[in-house]
Amino acid sequence: MSEHIVSPKIYGLIFLALMVGTALTVWAAYQNFGPFNIVIALGIATIKASLVILFFMHGKYSSKRTKLVIVCGFFWLAIMLGLTLADYSSRHPEPSRTQVLPSAPAAFRA
Amino acid sequence: MHRTGELYGQFQTLDQQKESATLGMWVFIAQEILFFGGLFLAYTINRHTYSTAFGVGGNMLSLPLGAANTVVLILSSLTMAMAVWSATTSKKKLVSLFLVLTLALGCVFLGVKVIEYKQKFDHHLIPGHGFDIAYCSKNPAACGLTGKELATEVEEIENGLKADPDLNAHAQLYYSLYFAMTGLHALHMIIGAGLLLWLIQQSMKGRFDAAYNTPVENIGLYWHFVDIVWIYLFPLLYLINRHLA
Repeated sequence: MSEHIVSPKIYGLIFLALMVGTALTVWAAYQNFGPFNIVIALGIATIKASLVILFFMHGKYSSKRTKLVIVCGFFWLAIMLGLTLADYSSRHPEPSRTQVLPSAPAAFRA
Repeated sequence: MHRTGELYGQFQTLDQQKESATLGMWVFIAQEILFFGGLFLAYTINRHTYSTAFGVGGNMLSLPLGAANTVVLILSSLTMAMAVWSATTSKKKLVSLFLVLTLALGCVFLGVKVIEYKQKFDHHLIPGHGFDIAYCSKNPAACGLTGKELATEVEEIENGLKADPDLNAHAQLYYSLYFAMTGLHALHMIIGAGLLLWLIQQSMKGRFDAAYNTPVENIGLYWHFVDIVWIYLFPLLYLINRHLA
């Protein structure tokens, strides 16, 4: 078989890195970095997820075709998040459920 | 039959056959990313809109239990990866051993989740008629809250109500998303446990070796994916507002 066999040593190292990441993210959660707390938390999570994909899931050793599919999955997610959040953040003012236009008939203004 | 690792007619080599299976699994995972992505999107928008209530809600989760579960799940990913390694190096007994370990760790995760859910149930944090974000600050004895912990929670709720008079309704939204997201994740774990049971049964028969290990590898991919979802759920649900408490 031509497939790449990842050695247990590498798995062990990745596991250690993931544990360090978990400890780091819990520690960082108690420090006040202002608006950067969420950025740091998600940054560490993304590094951890990348390690899992590259090594545990053999992403690093896959064929180009498989890599393309992996990237596609996250690209689609980025489209969904990006376009929806762009829409939410650019609509102003946000209509409230109770807000009724002044020109609405009296019956709706109660 | 495919199960024994023989070549299907539409493939030219076993390598090609295996790569197709891996590719198919990744297409399925791409779909899963979007499946969970919808919930992550709903969470992001609501967290942004009702950040006070989401912070108060999130700080009521048990960080020790959440962190312990993160360790358990990552450890189960390691044992799953080791099961794949054992299969590709034809160590048949080790395959079963590592699969059983993975299943056991998965069950520990689900058990801890049950404890957490039960706690939320006791603390009136299940969305619905009885939901009360201030239940523990009003009945500290029922939640085992004392001293500094109690003072922190009372203060957090007071400040929360100042910033957001509709705190209870918005915290309820947080808990709706919490149960939807962790619930869907737990459902994936339960399905994964079922798949592992089947894998263990097959591996006991000595089915998996260097020549044929596609099911171990693909169920491994699924298991790791579920781990990745948790890697994001943990900071988003448990950690973001800890520094404010």
